[in-house]
Amino acid sequence: MIPFLLTAIFAFLLYLLLTAGSGNLGVWSPAELVMGAFLALIVAAIARTFLCRNHTYRMANPLRWLVLAVYAVVPFFLEMAKANLDVAYRVITGRIRPGIVRIEPGLKTDLGVLLLANSITLTPGTLTVGVDEETNDLFVHMIHVKPGAEKKPTLDATEITAWFDFPAWIRRIAE
Amino acid sequence: MTTILDTAIMICLAIGLIFNALGVIGILRFPDVYTRLHAETKTTTFGTIFIGLAVVIYGLAALLETGEGQYLTLSVHTIIAVVALAFTNATGAHAIARAAYRCGYKPKPAVVDRMAEANQ
Repeated sequence: MIPFLLTAIFAFLLYLLLTAGSGNLGVWSPAELVMGAFLALIVAAIARTFLCRNHTYRMANPLRWLVLAVYAVVPFFLEMAKANLDVAYRVITGRIRPGIVRIEPGLKTDLGVLLLANSITLTPGTLTVGVDEETNDLFVHMIHVKPGAEKKPTLDATEITAWFDFPAWIRRIAE
Repeated sequence: MTTILDTAIMICLAIGLIFNALGVIGILRFPDVYTRLHAETKTTTFGTIFIGLAVVIYGLAALLETGEGQYLTLSVHTIIAVVALAFTNATGAHAIARAAYRCGYKPKPAVVDRMAEANQ
């Protein structure tokens, strides 16, 4: 029952976002609201086993979504901008020193590993190639391995970003 | 007012186009599949975020000016498109890199390869 309700609410909110600005009741038209509720119930009936597969309802807390939004706009975007300038410099000059390093974020949940892997991949200059399924270590291809870093067996996640500690933020969101 | 907004939109579009162009140059310059993925997928995401930002600024300005709902729809849809692009781009790049590695394309100029050691 709880997965059904959560999926229905999630689908309805998504439908509201997609149809914002359609009418005069607030910013939605009455027809869209009725249709949205109807479709959300159908979607929830079909997809309730997919969204909450392992029966943890941690992400139903709106505070975690707020932290996710802050994380995406402040630390993540700043890292991304800085790393983009770095990659632009390397595209122009061609000074690269590529290599695959192993990092040890110490995250426990699948969602946390997904968020960290996606953050690392979206930050230019670092690209997640693989995940060690047992220890949740990530294999990251870096376009410029710092001299000396290739000798260590595992790197800390803070060593591949410039200013912010991504795993600490992600632990706040997903664990 | 409109000139400031126009300038902001132009700057966003210019940043977006410059980074997308750098992504294309990166494909031509870099030596192997992984470094090309760096240039291609990531810089283009950043460029596209700025192009999306230009559309959002335009939509919000038009919304404030006219008050028509269609401009709100335009802005919200652009934000959703940028979020979807960011997630699918990261996942796609991950899938390409993993597939390339499993097919045997090792990173050619590389100072270190921890993944090869782990898989043995």
